[in-house]
Amino acid sequence: MSSNHVVTFNQARRVAIFGGTHGNEMSGVTLVNLWMGNGGEIRRKGGRDQALHHQPQGGGEVLPIRGHGPEPGIYRRESQFNPLFNPSAPGGKDLPYEVQRAQEINRMFGPKGSADAYDVIFDLHNTTSNMGCTLILESSKDHFNLQMMSYIKKAIAPASCPVLLNEDPRLKYATVRSVAKHSVGLEVGPQPQGVLRSNIFEAMRIILKHALDFIELFNEGVEFPPCTVDVFKVSERMDYPRDANGNIIAMVHPNLQDCDWEPLTPGDPMFQTFDGKTIPYEGVGAVYPTFINEAAYYEKQQAFVTTRREALAANAIRKV
Amino acid sequence: MDSELVFLPPLRRVAICGGTHGNELTGVHVVRERLREEQRKAEEDEEEDDVVSVACVLTNPRAVQQCRRYTETDLNRCFTRAILSSAVSDRTPYEIVRSQELNSLLGPKGSAQAVDLVCDLHNTTANMGLCVIAYSDSDWFCLHIFKEAYSLDSLGKHGFALEIGPQPHGVVRSNIYTFMKTAVELTLEWVRLFNSGTVFEGGSVEVYTMVSNIDYPRERHTHNIMAVIHPKLQDQDFCLLHPKDPMFQTFSGDTLRYKGPEPLYAFFINECAYYEKGIALSLARQRCVAIPTIQMKSGLQHRGEEGTSEEED
Repeated sequence: MSSNHVVTFNQARRVAIFGGTHGNEMSGVTLVNLWMGNGGEIRRKGGRDQALHHQPQGGGEVLPIRGHGPEPGIYRRESQFNPLFNPSAPGGKDLPYEVQRAQEINRMFGPKGSADAYDVIFDLHNTTSNMGCTLILESSKDHFNLQMMSYIKKAIAPASCPVLLNEDPRLKYATVRSVAKHSVGLEVGPQPQGVLRSNIFEAMRIILKHALDFIELFNEGVEFPPCTVDVFKVSERMDYPRDANGNIIAMVHPNLQDCDWEPLTPGDPMFQTFDGKTIPYEGVGAVYPTFINEAAYYEKQQAFVTTRREALAANAIRKV
Repeated sequence: MDSELVFLPPLRRVAICGGTHGNELTGVHVVRERLREEQRKAEEDEEEDDVVSVACVLTNPRAVQQCRRYTETDLNRCFTRAILSSAVSDRTPYEIVRSQELNSLLGPKGSAQAVDLVCDLHNTTANMGLCVIAYSDSDWFCLHIFKEAYSLDSLGKHGFALEIGPQPHGVVRSNIYTFMKTAVELTLEWVRLFNSGTVFEGGSVEVYTMVSNIDYPRERHTHNIMAVIHPKLQDQDFCLLHPKDPMFQTFSGDTLRYKGPEPLYAFFINECAYYEKGIALSLARQRCVAIPTIQMKSGLQHRGEEGTSEEED
């Protein structure tokens, strides 16, 4: 597609904000509860539906979601919500709660891939990693989303807002937000599971405000000129060293802990064993690690992911 | 107190406990590493320590396996005499059954057979650094008043908890692990020195004695919290909170202030596990406790533990 070409989209009339996809990530649960009580803060001109949504059983519970059994994971509610979002899976009342819920969400906000699907879904998450306010995209070719990223980054400058692109089919998973035409994940940390911190809560709120401002401007007819968006593209998942029983035998090295988005070069300390030895990173070239030491990912065999920097070009966009 | 010398019996049997809360991972890994080290020494036929015998125990293995604080009930509230002597059936919660097993292993509580010292390893999401939580200030090994003892560290003749934060539950941070491992090693080194006859000079120790807990403001019907720890108080554990200082911030941005009559020290600020216990923060007074010079003397008996403990984690 030529970069001179203006890409047009229908107005984004139907926007949803999901909180509590992971029930112990408290900022999203709290914001959604708040806005379900009083939606004034998120109301925008031109929006017809701004449905707020969260897992009814999930909101507010503080049980961590981990398992070390032979099954892929005994989670808080039988199975984790996000990665099981495959609307073509068979239905039925015997399915785990989260799978039934995923199919219900597909009916309410999809169907996925159809013209009736919601325009935008924001999915609110927290992480124990020191990721700041990270926006997560699943496509490098969604010009609407790329323009939104560019808008938000400019709005919060000089504060930064990394964009994580997870497009690799081996590493991405079918998220609940993927039902919509444009899906955006918002991951804010560090915050322990089950805890609500005021600074993290406010940061998430501000990012959402700018995102909704962008949608409002777009719907009013503003044309956004071509731009370039710097992203971190997911490259590889790195697990902890483990023993034969699957228990970890090392921790994220103190030099790497909390250093999300900083370069990691071959030879740099990566893990530290429980008796104090250093295990260095032995990849090829510098990478930018993130999701460093996320609590929920111990059971997904992930200590961190590596990313590489890319600049994505976004065409100009305008409403139809 | 003057320089009176108090003789105390040796501490021959010590228990280091981790995983009492299964998602407080530092203690889990410190205990596992010590067990690995013990196994290595046994395989290499190294000499056993005859100055002190150390047992390392994962106290709540089921909760550890699931990485949860507890599976049915908080293990660290199960060591009351009533629970320890209660009848057990198929329906008895796992943690109650386990508390009785631990009482056989490390106690029985209040008896001459109990281990001499229990050191129980915990984490907190609060920014408390390294904190020693003890229950008696007339027990010179551990310094706080001991009231109704319901925690694991009450099983031994003496006991205390090592609480380190901030660390999210379900996460192991290398700096916190190293800190706690070192603290355990220093504790055991102290015990060895004491058992070898070293004289430890008395003096004055600053302690915090808990006064009260404060809950979040909550909605009447849903019980959902309506405010969050104020940004000026978040992470300020052991700061002095004065009347009218900011304490909470509502979701609409209003500040709610501390209304107590006296300045008190805030701690356990925003501990994850305490939301369900209705505690946003705890408040304490600070005071100095005088401790005498002490030296080991064989042949003495440890005093049994009486009385009740302070609120703890």
